Amino acid sequence: MAKKKREAPEINASSMADIAFLLLIFFLVTTTMDVDKGIVATLPPWTPDQEDVEVDINARNVLEILVNAKDQLLVEGEVMDISQLKAETIKHITNNGRDENYSDSPTKAIVSLKNDKGTSYGRYISVYNELRAGYNQVRNDHAMNTFGKAYDDLEKAQQKEVRAIYPLKLSEAEPKDYGSATK
Amino acid sequence: MIRKKGGKSLPKISTASLPDIVFMLLFFFMVVTVMRDTEQMVSIAYPEATELQKLEKKSLVSYINVGPPTTTWSTKYGTAPRVQLNDRIANNMNEIKTFIVNERSKLKEALQPKMTTSLKVDRDTKMGIISEIKTELRKASALKINYSARQREEF
Repeated sequence: MAKKKREAPEINASSMADIAFLLLIFFLVTTTMDVDKGIVATLPPWTPDQEDVEVDINARNVLEILVNAKDQLLVEGEVMDISQLKAETIKHITNNGRDENYSDSPTKAIVSLKNDKGTSYGRYISVYNELRAGYNQVRNDHAMNTFGKAYDDLEKAQQKEVRAIYPLKLSEAEPKDYGSATK
Repeated sequence: MIRKKGGKSLPKISTASLPDIVFMLLFFFMVVTVMRDTEQMVSIAYPEATELQKLEKKSLVSYINVGPPTTTWSTKYGTAPRVQLNDRIANNMNEIKTFIVNERSKLKEALQPKMTTSLKVDRDTKMGIISEIKTELRKASALKINYSARQREEF
Protein backbone atom coordinates (compact mmCIF):
# COMPACT_ATOMS: atom_id res chain seq x y z
CA MET A 1 0.00 0.00 0.00
CA ALA A 2 1.37 3.27 -0.93
CA LYS A 3 1.00 5.72 1.84
CA LYS A 4 1.63 9.37 1.62
CA LYS A 5 4.00 10.53 4.25
CA ARG A 6 1.96 12.40 6.76
CA GLU A 7 3.15 15.08 9.07
CA ALA A 8 2.64 14.50 12.77
CA PRO A 9 -0.58 16.13 13.85
CA GLU A 10 -0.15 19.19 15.96
CA ILE A 11 -1.15 18.81 19.57
CA ASN A 12 -3.81 21.18 20.55
CA ALA A 13 -2.27 23.45 23.13
CA SER A 14 -5.30 25.50 23.97
CA SER A 15 -5.89 23.59 27.20
CA MET A 16 -2.38 24.35 28.36
CA ALA A 17 -3.56 27.66 29.73
CA ASP A 18 -6.27 25.92 31.72
CA ILE A 19 -3.84 23.48 33.26
CA ALA A 20 -1.45 26.28 34.11
CA PHE A 21 -4.28 28.27 35.64
CA LEU A 22 -5.24 25.34 37.78
CA LEU A 23 -1.73 24.99 39.11
CA LEU A 24 -1.47 28.73 39.54
CA ILE A 25 -4.59 28.84 41.66
CA PHE A 26 -3.34 25.96 43.76
CA PHE A 27 -0.12 27.76 44.55
CA LEU A 28 -1.92 31.05 45.09
CA VAL A 29 -4.06 29.42 47.73
CA THR A 30 -1.26 27.56 49.48
CA THR A 31 1.12 30.51 49.57
CA THR A 32 1.28 32.24 52.89
CA MET A 33 3.25 35.38 52.55
CA ASP A 34 2.90 36.48 56.13
CA VAL A 35 5.95 38.38 57.21
CA ASP A 36 6.85 37.56 60.71
CA LYS A 37 6.68 40.64 62.78
CA GLY A 38 7.25 41.12 66.42
CA ILE A 39 8.87 43.04 69.21
CA VAL A 40 12.56 42.38 69.40
CA ALA A 41 13.98 41.99 72.86
CA THR A 42 17.22 40.89 74.45
CA LEU A 43 17.22 38.79 77.58
CA PRO A 44 19.75 39.35 80.32
CA PRO A 45 22.40 36.64 80.53
CA TRP A 46 21.81 33.86 83.00
CA THR A 47 23.68 34.00 86.24
CA PRO A 48 23.69 30.73 88.18
CA ASP A 49 22.72 32.09 91.53
CA GLN A 50 19.54 33.92 90.96
CA GLU A 51 19.76 36.00 94.07
CA ASP A 52 18.10 39.32 93.77
CA VAL A 53 21.11 41.51 93.87
CA GLU A 54 20.71 44.48 96.09
CA VAL A 55 21.88 47.37 94.04
CA ASP A 56 21.95 50.79 95.48
CA ILE A 57 19.63 52.64 93.19
CA ASN A 58 17.92 55.81 94.08
CA ALA A 59 14.21 55.10 94.22
CA ARG A 60 13.42 58.12 92.08
CA ASN A 61 15.29 56.59 89.14
CA VAL A 62 13.09 53.54 89.05
CA LEU A 63 9.74 53.56 87.35
CA GLU A 64 8.03 50.72 89.07
CA ILE A 65 5.31 48.91 87.19
CA LEU A 66 3.28 46.12 88.66
CA VAL A 67 0.76 44.08 86.75
CA ASN A 68 -1.52 41.85 88.75
CA ALA A 69 -3.33 38.66 87.87
CA LYS A 70 -6.37 40.62 86.78
CA ASP A 71 -4.23 42.53 84.28
CA GLN A 72 -4.50 45.74 86.25
CA LEU A 73 -1.65 48.19 86.25
CA LEU A 74 0.04 49.81 89.20
CA VAL A 75 2.61 52.44 88.32
CA GLU A 76 4.63 53.95 91.15
CA GLY A 77 1.99 52.82 93.59
CA GLU A 78 -0.94 54.24 91.71
CA VAL A 79 -3.50 52.56 89.53
CA MET A 80 -3.09 53.62 85.95
CA ASP A 81 -4.76 52.96 82.63
CA ILE A 82 -2.46 51.52 80.00
CA SER A 83 -3.17 54.40 77.61
CA GLN A 84 -1.26 56.73 79.94
CA LEU A 85 1.76 54.50 80.33
CA LYS A 86 3.62 55.81 77.30
CA ALA A 87 3.32 59.41 78.45
CA GLU A 88 4.40 58.38 81.94
CA THR A 89 7.45 56.59 80.57
CA ILE A 90 8.46 59.59 78.52
CA LYS A 91 7.99 61.84 81.52
CA HIS A 92 10.17 59.52 83.56
CA ILE A 93 13.00 59.39 81.02
CA THR A 94 13.13 63.04 80.11
CA ASN A 95 12.73 64.39 83.62
CA ASN A 96 16.41 65.30 84.06
CA GLY A 97 16.02 65.91 87.76
CA ARG A 98 13.21 68.45 87.62
CA ASP A 99 10.51 66.51 89.40
CA GLU A 100 11.80 64.67 92.43
CA ASN A 101 9.56 61.66 91.80
CA TYR A 102 11.08 60.98 88.42
CA SER A 103 14.57 60.18 87.18
CA ASP A 104 17.76 62.18 87.56
CA SER A 105 18.84 61.69 83.97
CA PRO A 106 17.94 59.46 81.01
CA THR A 107 21.01 57.28 81.56
CA LYS A 108 20.05 56.62 85.15
CA ALA A 109 16.40 55.93 84.44
CA ILE A 110 15.35 52.35 85.01
CA VAL A 111 12.05 50.70 84.34
CA SER A 112 11.11 47.86 86.59
CA LEU A 113 8.39 45.55 85.36
CA LYS A 114 6.88 42.99 87.68
CA ASN A 115 4.20 40.57 86.64
CA ASP A 116 2.06 38.20 88.50
CA LYS A 117 2.13 34.58 87.42
CA GLY A 118 -1.46 34.99 86.40
CA THR A 119 -0.91 38.02 84.20
CA SER A 120 -1.93 37.31 80.64
CA TYR A 121 0.68 37.39 77.93
CA GLY A 122 -1.43 39.82 75.91
CA ARG A 123 -1.33 42.35 78.73
CA TYR A 124 2.39 41.84 79.22
CA ILE A 125 3.01 42.54 75.55
CA SER A 126 0.88 45.65 75.56
CA VAL A 127 2.69 46.99 78.64
CA TYR A 128 6.06 46.16 77.13
CA ASN A 129 4.93 47.72 73.90
CA GLU A 130 4.03 51.00 75.61
CA LEU A 131 7.43 51.14 77.29
CA ARG A 132 9.14 50.55 73.97
CA ALA A 133 6.91 53.13 72.35
CA GLY A 134 7.93 55.68 74.97
CA TYR A 135 11.62 54.99 74.44
CA ASN A 136 11.26 54.95 70.69
CA GLN A 137 9.58 58.32 70.73
CA VAL A 138 12.19 59.89 72.97
CA ARG A 139 14.97 58.50 70.77
CA ASN A 140 13.22 59.64 67.67
CA ASP A 141 12.77 63.16 69.02
CA HIS A 142 16.45 63.29 69.92
CA ALA A 143 17.41 62.04 66.47
CA MET A 144 15.21 64.67 64.86
CA ASN A 145 16.74 67.46 66.93
CA THR A 146 20.38 66.49 66.51
CA PHE A 147 20.51 64.84 63.11
CA GLY A 148 17.34 66.13 61.51
CA LYS A 149 16.38 62.59 60.58
CA ALA A 150 14.12 59.96 62.02
CA TYR A 151 15.81 57.39 64.24
CA ASP A 152 15.19 54.60 61.76
CA ASP A 153 16.90 56.54 58.96
CA LEU A 154 20.11 57.14 60.90
CA GLU A 155 23.38 55.38 60.34
CA LYS A 156 24.18 52.46 62.65
CA ALA A 157 26.76 54.48 64.56
CA GLN A 158 24.38 57.37 65.03
CA GLN A 159 21.67 55.04 66.27
CA LYS A 160 24.12 53.68 68.78
CA GLU A 161 24.90 57.20 69.90
CA VAL A 162 21.23 57.95 70.45
CA ARG A 163 20.77 54.67 72.25
CA ALA A 164 23.66 55.52 74.55
CA ILE A 165 21.92 58.72 75.57
CA TYR A 166 18.58 57.02 76.12
CA PRO A 167 19.41 53.45 77.09
CA LEU A 168 16.52 51.13 77.71
CA LYS A 169 17.17 49.69 81.11
CA LEU A 170 14.41 47.29 81.83
CA SER A 171 14.48 45.13 84.87
CA GLU A 172 12.08 42.23 84.82
CA ALA A 173 11.66 40.45 88.07
CA GLU A 174 10.61 36.83 88.19
CA PRO A 175 6.85 36.80 88.31
CA LYS A 176 5.60 36.25 91.79
CA ASP A 177 2.47 34.54 92.76
CA TYR A 178 0.84 37.20 94.85
CA GLY A 179 -1.79 34.74 95.91
CA SER A 180 -4.73 36.63 94.55
CA ALA A 181 -6.84 35.12 91.82
CA THR A 182 -4.85 31.98 91.28
CA LYS A 183 -5.97 30.24 88.17
CA MET B 1 -13.04 60.83 4.62
CA ILE B 2 -14.65 57.83 3.22
CA ARG B 3 -14.95 54.85 5.42
CA LYS B 4 -16.50 51.55 4.75
CA LYS B 5 -19.48 51.14 6.89
CA GLY B 6 -20.11 47.99 8.86
CA GLY B 7 -19.25 44.52 7.85
CA LYS B 8 -15.89 44.57 9.52
CA SER B 9 -15.83 42.64 12.77
CA LEU B 10 -13.30 43.33 15.49
CA PRO B 11 -10.04 41.46 15.07
CA LYS B 12 -9.60 38.62 17.51
CA ILE B 13 -7.07 39.18 20.25
CA SER B 14 -4.45 36.54 20.12
CA THR B 15 -4.38 34.44 23.26
CA ALA B 16 -1.29 32.56 22.25
CA SER B 17 0.82 34.29 24.90
CA LEU B 18 -1.66 33.66 27.66
CA PRO B 19 -0.08 30.35 28.74
CA ASP B 20 3.27 32.08 28.92
CA ILE B 21 1.95 34.75 31.22
CA VAL B 22 0.20 32.23 33.40
CA PHE B 23 3.31 30.08 33.56
CA MET B 24 5.33 33.06 34.61
CA LEU B 25 2.95 33.72 37.48
CA LEU B 26 2.90 30.03 38.27
CA PHE B 27 6.66 29.85 38.58
CA PHE B 28 6.70 32.94 40.73
CA PHE B 29 4.28 31.42 43.20
CA MET B 30 5.99 28.05 43.09
CA VAL B 31 9.26 29.67 44.06
CA VAL B 32 7.71 31.86 46.73
CA THR B 33 5.61 29.15 48.34
CA VAL B 34 7.03 27.63 51.43
CA MET B 35 5.19 24.55 52.40
CA ARG B 36 4.72 24.55 56.11
CA ASP B 37 6.94 21.79 57.35
CA THR B 38 5.68 21.62 60.87
CA GLU B 39 2.13 21.11 61.88
CA GLN B 40 0.62 23.74 64.11
CA MET B 41 -0.43 21.80 67.16
CA VAL B 42 -1.37 24.72 69.34
CA SER B 43 -3.77 27.47 68.41
CA ILE B 44 -2.42 30.95 68.76
CA ALA B 45 -4.22 34.27 68.83
CA TYR B 46 -1.43 36.76 68.53
CA PRO B 47 -1.26 39.77 70.82
CA GLU B 48 -1.35 43.17 69.22
CA ALA B 49 1.36 45.80 69.40
CA THR B 50 2.64 48.86 67.59
CA GLU B 51 6.43 48.78 67.97
CA LEU B 52 7.01 45.94 65.58
CA GLN B 53 10.10 45.01 63.67
CA LYS B 54 10.36 42.61 60.81
CA LEU B 55 12.01 39.32 61.44
CA GLU B 56 14.92 39.05 59.04
CA LYS B 57 16.77 35.95 57.91
CA LYS B 58 14.26 33.20 58.48
CA SER B 59 16.99 30.59 58.54
CA LEU B 60 18.36 32.06 61.75
CA VAL B 61 15.05 31.89 63.53
CA SER B 62 13.77 29.04 65.61
CA TYR B 63 10.20 29.05 66.78
CA ILE B 64 8.64 28.25 70.09
CA ASN B 65 4.87 28.07 69.99
CA VAL B 66 2.82 28.33 73.12
CA GLY B 67 -0.92 28.03 73.39
CA PRO B 68 -3.79 25.68 74.02
CA PRO B 69 -3.63 22.54 71.81
CA THR B 70 -5.89 22.58 68.78
CA THR B 71 -9.06 20.48 68.76
CA THR B 72 -7.31 17.53 67.11
CA TRP B 73 -4.67 17.43 69.81
CA SER B 74 -6.65 18.51 72.84
CA THR B 75 -7.72 14.93 73.56
CA LYS B 76 -4.10 13.94 73.90
CA TYR B 77 -2.65 17.04 75.47
CA GLY B 78 -5.55 18.68 77.24
CA THR B 79 -6.70 22.25 76.92
CA ALA B 80 -4.16 24.00 79.09
CA PRO B 81 -1.49 25.95 77.18
CA ARG B 82 1.41 23.80 76.07
CA VAL B 83 4.79 24.46 74.51
CA GLN B 84 5.38 23.25 70.99
CA LEU B 85 8.94 22.85 69.76
CA ASN B 86 9.07 22.06 66.06
CA ASP B 87 6.53 19.28 65.55
CA ARG B 88 6.10 17.98 69.03
CA ILE B 89 4.72 19.14 72.31
CA ALA B 90 7.26 19.51 75.06
CA ASN B 91 6.52 17.56 78.19
CA ASN B 92 9.10 19.28 80.23
CA MET B 93 10.59 22.76 80.29
CA ASN B 94 14.09 21.25 80.19
CA GLU B 95 13.44 20.22 76.59
CA ILE B 96 13.65 23.84 75.52
CA LYS B 97 17.35 23.93 76.28
CA THR B 98 18.00 20.79 74.24
CA PHE B 99 15.88 22.21 71.45
CA ILE B 100 17.87 25.45 71.37
CA VAL B 101 21.20 23.64 71.43
CA ASN B 102 19.98 21.44 68.60
CA GLU B 103 18.77 24.35 66.52
CA ARG B 104 21.97 26.21 67.12
CA SER B 105 24.14 23.31 66.02
CA LYS B 106 22.34 23.33 62.68
CA LEU B 107 23.70 26.79 61.92
CA LYS B 108 27.15 27.73 60.73
CA GLU B 109 29.42 28.69 63.54
CA ALA B 110 29.74 32.30 62.43
CA LEU B 111 25.98 32.71 62.40
CA GLN B 112 25.28 31.06 65.71
CA PRO B 113 25.40 34.22 67.81
CA LYS B 114 22.85 35.78 65.49
CA MET B 115 20.27 33.13 66.19
CA THR B 116 16.92 34.52 67.19
CA THR B 117 14.16 32.73 68.99
CA SER B 118 10.68 33.73 68.01
CA LEU B 119 8.10 33.30 70.71
CA LYS B 120 4.70 32.75 69.21
CA VAL B 121 2.47 32.86 72.18
CA ASP B 122 -1.26 32.94 72.57
CA ARG B 123 -2.39 36.15 74.19
CA ASP B 124 -4.32 34.45 76.97
CA THR B 125 -1.37 32.43 78.18
CA LYS B 126 -0.34 33.17 81.73
CA MET B 127 3.01 34.78 82.40
CA GLY B 128 4.10 31.92 84.65
CA ILE B 129 4.83 29.73 81.64
CA ILE B 130 6.43 32.55 79.68
CA SER B 131 8.90 33.35 82.42
CA GLU B 132 9.83 29.69 82.75
CA ILE B 133 10.54 29.64 79.01
CA LYS B 134 12.53 32.83 79.27
CA THR B 135 14.58 31.38 82.11
CA GLU B 136 15.30 28.29 80.00
CA LEU B 137 16.31 30.49 77.07
CA ARG B 138 18.62 32.46 79.29
CA LYS B 139 20.19 29.25 80.55
CA ALA B 140 20.71 28.16 76.96
CA SER B 141 22.06 31.66 76.28
CA ALA B 142 19.62 32.25 73.45
CA LEU B 143 19.22 35.87 74.38
CA LYS B 144 17.86 37.35 71.20
CA ILE B 145 14.16 36.88 71.22
CA ASN B 146 11.22 38.19 69.32
CA TYR B 147 7.71 38.38 70.66
CA SER B 148 5.53 37.64 67.68
CA ALA B 149 2.66 40.11 67.42
CA ARG B 150 0.23 41.67 65.02
CA GLN B 151 0.11 45.30 64.02
CA ARG B 152 -2.37 47.36 66.00
CA GLU B 153 -3.63 50.81 65.29
CA GLU B 154 -2.97 53.44 67.95
CA PHE B 155 -5.42 53.74 70.80
